[in-house]
Amino acid sequence: MSEFLARLGRHVLAVLQTLGHASAFFVDLVRNAPQSLRRPYLTTAQVHAIGNRSLVIIASSGATVGLVLALQGYITLSRYGAAESLGLLVALALVREMGPVVTALLYAGRAGTSLTAEIGLMKAGEQLAAMEMMAVDPRIRVLAPRFMAGVISMPLLGGIFSAVGVIAAYVVGVLMIGIDSGAFWSQMQDGVDVIKDVGNGVVKTIVFGIASTFIALYIGYESEATPEGVAQATTRTVVVSSLTVLSLDFVLTALMFSTP
Amino acid sequence: MSKKQIETLVGLFVFLGMLGIFFLALKAANLASFSFNTTYPLLAHFDNVGGLKVGAPVKSAGVRVGRVASITFDNKTFQGDVTMEIERQYQFPTDTSAKILTAGLLGDQYIGLDPGADEKNLQPGETIKMVQSAVVLENLIGQFLYNKAAEAPAKEGSGQK
Repeated sequence: MSEFLARLGRHVLAVLQTLGHASAFFVDLVRNAPQSLRRPYLTTAQVHAIGNRSLVIIASSGATVGLVLALQGYITLSRYGAAESLGLLVALALVREMGPVVTALLYAGRAGTSLTAEIGLMKAGEQLAAMEMMAVDPRIRVLAPRFMAGVISMPLLGGIFSAVGVIAAYVVGVLMIGIDSGAFWSQMQDGVDVIKDVGNGVVKTIVFGIASTFIALYIGYESEATPEGVAQATTRTVVVSSLTVLSLDFVLTALMFSTP
Repeated sequence: MSKKQIETLVGLFVFLGMLGIFFLALKAANLASFSFNTTYPLLAHFDNVGGLKVGAPVKSAGVRVGRVASITFDNKTFQGDVTMEIERQYQFPTDTSAKILTAGLLGDQYIGLDPGADEKNLQPGETIKMVQSAVVLENLIGQFLYNKAAEAPAKEGSGQK
């Protein structure tokens, strides 16, 4: 029994230590981030690797989610004779919640794992140590551009996801099911507020981008310098990123959208 | 990939992202009717504000002219104090009346302003004198039942003559 308690205590202390180390890493990252503006090509190349390469999955997921939302929404709304509000339903669902959260989860899976694997392999291949030997700060050269690229890409990807979703819902609702096109757009424009809905959605994507990119970089940086270590690190990135994004989503939704 | 190609692709990606966000803002939201107009406050005291919420529209002739800014309870008069922010380009005469109306049958509640005929206009911070409180469904049903009950003995009395 006492052995179990001792192990539990050690584990809790280890978690606290990781939290402290991660916070220091985050502060370092934020402090070095503006330096990446001195070599904009590094950041641009990273935006290409993180953002451009994720476009296909984000756009196709956005279209599919929009289609499904439109179909399911129509079935339920037509029960109450409110089928005309389909546009409003889909737009609010996408812009407020589904867009930021699903984009963040897909981003963590696609870009997060590639970041973790890349940093982990760089560490395993002693590239980071070699850079330090040459008096090049790896945090400025390697980590900061990736962090800035992630923070820049996430809002853009989220916007593309929501926009493609709304258009897909239009295709299903108006062109396939036959809802009135004017009612579709006018109800949506009446009910979606630029600052409170679209703006809050963009803020969410920025927060999720900061969190996922930071987690991916930290886990990659702290991974064991072995192939198994890198493999474990990539799965841990997805799990930790997803959980963090969902918890942050709850907190942000409560802050932004709860009625006093 | 050459440096130029990468930069072009990234530029395209950023452009698409901005396009998506602008599409959402313009087509899916109400940026087109977004007004940057300044507003002035008007007050009104209601016996019952019903389901009126902060941010509800203030309409006149069916067109939105402002929003409800705050709803507070006055402990001295035991009335609800509603502060409305009206857009500066719309002026209302001092004998305007304010009613709490419902959009549709069971929709959200809003304030409707009926203009009067006075020459002077309401100044910022002035109170609207003529108000009509919200209709509370339970009171309405109670009134209806009371009237029905009052009719029945009167009919019996006339039948026995």
